[in-house]
Amino acid sequence: MLDLLSGFVVELRNAGLPVSLTEHLDAAAAMSHISLEERTTLKAALAATLVKEEEHYAAFDLAFEVFFAMRDPAPEDLDDADLGLENGETAQQTPLTGSGQQRGSGGGGGSDLTPEELAKLLMSALVSGDASLLKMVAQGAVSRFAGMEPGRPVGGTYYLYRTLRNLDVDGASARLLEQLRDDRGVLEGSLDDRLLQAEVATKIERLKKAVEAEIRKRLVEDRGKEALAKSVRKPLPEDIDVMHATKDELVQLRRILQPLSRKLAVRLARKRRHGKRGGLDVRQTVRKSLSTGGVPIDPRFKKPRPSKPEIVVIADISGSVASFARFTLHLVHAISSQFSKVRSFVFIDGIDEVTRFFDATDDPTEAVYRINTEADVVYLDGHSDYGHALRTFDERWGKEINQKTTVLILGDARNNYHASEAWVVKAMAERARHVYWLNPEPRDYWGSGDSIVFDYASYCDGVIECRTLRQLEDFVGELA
Amino acid sequence: MDHHRTRTGKDVTSVDYNSLGFDEDATPRFDSPASVRDRLGEVQYLSNDAISSVVYLADRLRKPILVEGPAGTGKTQLAKSVAEITGARLIRLQCYEGLDEGKALYEWNYRKQLLRIQAGQSGDAAPVTAESWHNLEEDIFSEEFLLTRPLLEAIRAEDPVVLLIDEIDRVELETEALLLEILSEFQVSIPELGTVKATQFPLVFLTSNNTRELSEALKRRCLFLHIGYPELDREQAIIQARVPGITTELAEQVARLVGALRTIELKKAPSVSETIDWARTLVLLGRESIDAESAKETLHILLKYQTDIERANRELLSVVK
Repeated sequence: MLDLLSGFVVELRNAGLPVSLTEHLDAAAAMSHISLEERTTLKAALAATLVKEEEHYAAFDLAFEVFFAMRDPAPEDLDDADLGLENGETAQQTPLTGSGQQRGSGGGGGSDLTPEELAKLLMSALVSGDASLLKMVAQGAVSRFAGMEPGRPVGGTYYLYRTLRNLDVDGASARLLEQLRDDRGVLEGSLDDRLLQAEVATKIERLKKAVEAEIRKRLVEDRGKEALAKSVRKPLPEDIDVMHATKDELVQLRRILQPLSRKLAVRLARKRRHGKRGGLDVRQTVRKSLSTGGVPIDPRFKKPRPSKPEIVVIADISGSVASFARFTLHLVHAISSQFSKVRSFVFIDGIDEVTRFFDATDDPTEAVYRINTEADVVYLDGHSDYGHALRTFDERWGKEINQKTTVLILGDARNNYHASEAWVVKAMAERARHVYWLNPEPRDYWGSGDSIVFDYASYCDGVIECRTLRQLEDFVGELA
Repeated sequence: MDHHRTRTGKDVTSVDYNSLGFDEDATPRFDSPASVRDRLGEVQYLSNDAISSVVYLADRLRKPILVEGPAGTGKTQLAKSVAEITGARLIRLQCYEGLDEGKALYEWNYRKQLLRIQAGQSGDAAPVTAESWHNLEEDIFSEEFLLTRPLLEAIRAEDPVVLLIDEIDRVELETEALLLEILSEFQVSIPELGTVKATQFPLVFLTSNNTRELSEALKRRCLFLHIGYPELDREQAIIQARVPGITTELAEQVARLVGALRTIELKKAPSVSETIDWARTLVLLGRESIDAESAKETLHILLKYQTDIERANRELLSVVK
């Protein structure tokens, strides 16, 4: 067991979780106090000793599923009433599923069911919300539909997609909603109906989880823990590459953005308050020294007056970098109290000022939403044209940049072979305090194809690779 | 193994990991995670597997628990309830910005010390000798002149105590360091007196609303417990346990509506305590069930921002015919 724990800790570290030696020891000590048979307790014990941040739970859960899947295949939320029976059953099935992974002939509970029977079982499982029944459906569905072959180097997502598509999950969810409406006499469009929809969504989500767990279990049998853990490992939310984030990941990012910006604001405010004292105030010190006969016993210092920078954000919101621009705008405005002024501009080939959206509401999420729908950013064809956007900016707002302003330009500088008009950036750099370029592309891609980031780079104070929220947070933290 | 003298003059061997010099035979407070759960249930605190396991482990491993989670999910209540079921005294330290040693650990009672010095001088005008000065010093830095603050009080307590350090994220990073000695060794070093060691192990809870990153050193010393919003069933059970006279149907409806509200992107999602307040209000108003109208009227109990209320009305409560 201790070996297993060590392997698990190594995997957590590989996934980016900072697990110290003391924490490893704590986990080992904890295991001597609990019954290892109870999976939920084991999981809680490991989580309490090894994970110290809520954002890391997702990575922990995944690694736990992989590493401790074999020991007790019961899903975590199995009702205790069915525990005994279900455990016995699955214990017998496990060898079967292991050997019978050939297409269509898989063992496991419910694999001999026809698709029709499976669909019926699925409905009753969904209606009752019974976890063990749901698990049986998942087993049946995976055996029948996933078409898992041993040794095939395909990720779990592929099998998941296949299973869910063949199970007709969307159809099932619609039918479930219909049926529940009838059963409970709920009118379409009423409050109860809204609640019902939420309930159905949760149930479907649970089904997906069950299927996913089942697939993962079989993959572990096939490939072994370490190998699988490596292939299913996902980056921590703050390390997700924003430009290539999936829809789910974007939701995740949005969720951590708010606490992140709040923490950043607290940290910066504190830094400002506890900052170093100002220089020696000669006049005050001499004045004070008169009471001690001219000996400056009590030196006086000037009040620190850290200047708050003025920020101008100019962001490309065309398709490829849109989500990155949105996160940056959100973050900058969320900590706008740390700056004396924040103005935001967004562009594709036209450019528009969007500060008004942030001023109108104190909820950055809403402002960002309005930017997407209301900002006037298309001039000709809706393809990025940095040259035109920058020139327009210079004509309309260029004069407002002064030596207090820090300019942030966001974008991948993929200009669709338009003119770069890099002189605008040069002129800006001459007037502004700093000009930084944040590029969400990996550094290796800069300058390839139609990327003209180096045309601008020579005039900027810095071009920063900013692919993840962590990098973004670090940069913005430095700025304030 | 190093030996050092404690306040009581007893020789105590400080042993490394896991046993901190407490009585090894001390009976653990709980038999199993399940018993934690049951006993918490008796005092109307409905826990889940994670909560009961962590509380159980904290007792066995003798480690503090760092409880994190959104406001109003029962973090402080957990400490109170654990104190209640173990029959322990709850000592609470409310953290705030600017909290210092003098408020958290101990302080010398300067006024009393001054009085003592003056009293010594007034009687006879004997010249101050080295010896009399030494005696005086011994005297004014004795326990009589020590004002104990919550942390020291918890360490010195003879009776069972539960120490609650509330909203630890409010103190500055530097102040956190004050706690490290207590949390890992259960002792306090007072330069003038020596080291005060706990005679019994207090259960320690630290709560955090996660407004800032806590230091690695602190997190390493604690078991971590995240208390999020409860699941539907658990929330319904909590409502029923906490709101007398509520019907099962209404409790279920309340739980479901609140659950749905939490899926909308709000500035401040309704917390468990707000849910309970809302359920109480509905019971007081004599409602048997909620419809969109009555929900709208009382929504301000659940949501504290106007924008949130508007959004909830728009997305959830507007009746589409």
